Amino acid sequence: MKIAVLTKAIPSYESSIRIDSSSTWIDESVVNFVVNESDSYALEEALQIKEKLDNGSEVVVVTMGSQDNTSKVLKDGLAKGADRAIFIQNEDSNTDPLSIAKLFSQNLKDENFDLVFSGLQSDDLGSGQTGVLIGELLGMSTATLGIETDIQDGKIKIKRELESGWFQWVTLPFPASVSIQSGINEPRYPSLKGIMGAKRKESKVIDGQLSDDPKQNFINLFVPKTEKATEKIEGDVDGIVAKLMDILKNKLRVIS
Amino acid sequence: MILVVLENQRGNIHAFSKEAVAAGQSLGSKLGMDVSILCLGENASSLKEQANDYKSKSLILAEHDMISAYSADGYSKVLSDVIKDVSPKYVIMGHSYMVRDFLPRVSAKLDIPFVSDIISVTYDGDSPIFARQVFNAKLATNIQPDSSSNTTLLSFQSAAFSSDEIELGGSDAVSVFEVSLNAEDIKSSSEPEFQESASGVDLTTADVIVSVGRGIESQDNIPMVESLAKAMGAEIASSRPVVDMGWLPSYRQVGSSGQSVSPNLYFSVGISGAIQHVVGMKGSKNIIAINKDEEAPIFEIADYAVIGDLMEIVPKLTEELQK
Ligand SMILES: Cc1cc2nc3c(=O)[nH]c(=O)nc-3n(C[C@H](O)[C@H](O)[C@H](O)COP(=O)(O)OP(=O)(O)OC[C@H]3O[C@@H](n4cnc5c(N)ncnc54)[C@H](O)[C@@H]3O)c2cc1C
Ligand SMILES: Nc1ncnc2c1ncn2[C@@H]1O[C@H](COP(=O)(O)O)[C@@H](O)[C@H]1O
Repeated sequence: MKIAVLTKAIPSYESSIRIDSSSTWIDESVVNFVVNESDSYALEEALQIKEKLDNGSEVVVVTMGSQDNTSKVLKDGLAKGADRAIFIQNEDSNTDPLSIAKLFSQNLKDENFDLVFSGLQSDDLGSGQTGVLIGELLGMSTATLGIETDIQDGKIKIKRELESGWFQWVTLPFPASVSIQSGINEPRYPSLKGIMGAKRKESKVIDGQLSDDPKQNFINLFVPKTEKATEKIEGDVDGIVAKLMDILKNKLRVIS
Repeated sequence: MILVVLENQRGNIHAFSKEAVAAGQSLGSKLGMDVSILCLGENASSLKEQANDYKSKSLILAEHDMISAYSADGYSKVLSDVIKDVSPKYVIMGHSYMVRDFLPRVSAKLDIPFVSDIISVTYDGDSPIFARQVFNAKLATNIQPDSSSNTTLLSFQSAAFSSDEIELGGSDAVSVFEVSLNAEDIKSSSEPEFQESASGVDLTTADVIVSVGRGIESQDNIPMVESLAKAMGAEIASSRPVVDMGWLPSYRQVGSSGQSVSPNLYFSVGISGAIQHVVGMKGSKNIIAINKDEEAPIFEIADYAVIGDLMEIVPKLTEELQK
């Protein structure tokens, strides 16, 4: 089984997100890039499948982006146990999901992966589309929001999360592209041995050009406006606690 | 023309689809375009009955044995065929889990844009501009899809439009779309939808909820929030990552894939306020949020925005409450 896992570098949740002077992207110089959350779960799922099948399967981490932002993501993937990496280098901050998916599918086509795992949504663009688009472009079966997987009789069974506590099992033939929901497993930490070994693994760099006719693009970023009249409470801890006690007691009357 | 596609949710028109009808009618009246409604696949004829009163140019029915249960293969193929046939300028759906599952396939099949999870629409003359959240709701962006594209796919986030705004008046015409599908079009198979066994706690009836997010940093700190909840006589709830990491059981999760709650007080601790969380709690009568990041999106919907370190505030507040 040959499994590709798409792992994306995104700004960590503690990073300060500032709109840059182009107003179509953020100032990346003040951002710390980390692996997109659901992608770590996707990688863990792939590694567990490989270990379970125990038949010489291969897990390949794939990322697209700029050299600076993504280097940690690939190293981390290899250190955790991926067999090799594919880096599609692209210094643009393109935001069109279809162009992004085309770049992936053009560069992954000849690899003939049996499975492509991705996260269900990236924390920066948040399109929630990439894995499904790639699946269609490569003529694969697709499923989203996988919360359990099971490989059986040459097929993959996926428990899909539906809205508000409902689920459904779907069975797909290979090749398949499946997006993974967070919580499906317990992502491992890289071992020291893994970190040392990562350096010797193959990392292929591809110069990626996005198509020059994006179907959609960000025209300007903006800071969302507050919907409510919000009262700010800040300052020293004693002051905050006194104020909260007052609100709980006298305004909301949830304590007496 | 604008085509609104209805989704079946266990026998009824999905709530998001009703909002999509309102969105389609609003776009239609701004742009001077007719609105048609497509009832597709699973339970289509019943959806058509339920949609009878909605004002539309036509109600289109697309049924076939092979899509009598949902599949991404079947739905994406049939919707693509309908689009080729009726050439709508916009195709509108709610941003449901089903839409996430199959609508990108239509985008790739037809090489057309899909602007997903839209929160609002503005107009630049005759061209609509769609806003969506990015960077985990910390920012939003305006998007203008390629105007040369014959068709653009759109999905709207819940509550971007209200189903109260649906214009009634019925449909001028009803038509049937001839579905053509072959066995090889549908490669996947699906089993019936099910719910995991319900838990002992019903968060929906709680008067006060203390809800904890990833800001709590480690499982060792969970008892700290439990003490706060106890001192307030509150139920404890959480965001998704806390459940994913196994720090609290899944029946405590609030949000689009958890429970929806509307207590008198929702006391949020170390939660950023991503939309998938907010949809499950924004109906709360009062919201207090503690977050150390002044720009956390949760503050946009909070009544009281406590900017500070929960590790300091929570133990102190608990101590005061226990006095
Ligand atoms: C299809 C789908 C379904 C989803 N369903 C759900 C769902 O049902 N429920 C849900 O909650 N999420 C859901 N999510 C995930 C959601 O998008 C967010 O990732 C999640 O809600 C974030 O949880 P959080 O706020 O706890 O964590 P984070 O976003 O990581 O935020 C942690 C916050 O804690 C603050 N913080 C850190 N340290 C401190 C401190 N010492 N003091 C004060 N504040 C601090 C930080 O400033 C930050 O704002 C879903 C996502 C998708 C794509
Ligand atoms: N530039 C990228 N590099 C690696 N993976 C990506 C990239 N963009 C998208 N993905 C994958 O596609 C998923 C969904 O992304 P999105 O469609 O942007 O929400 C992510 O969770 C990743 O697994």
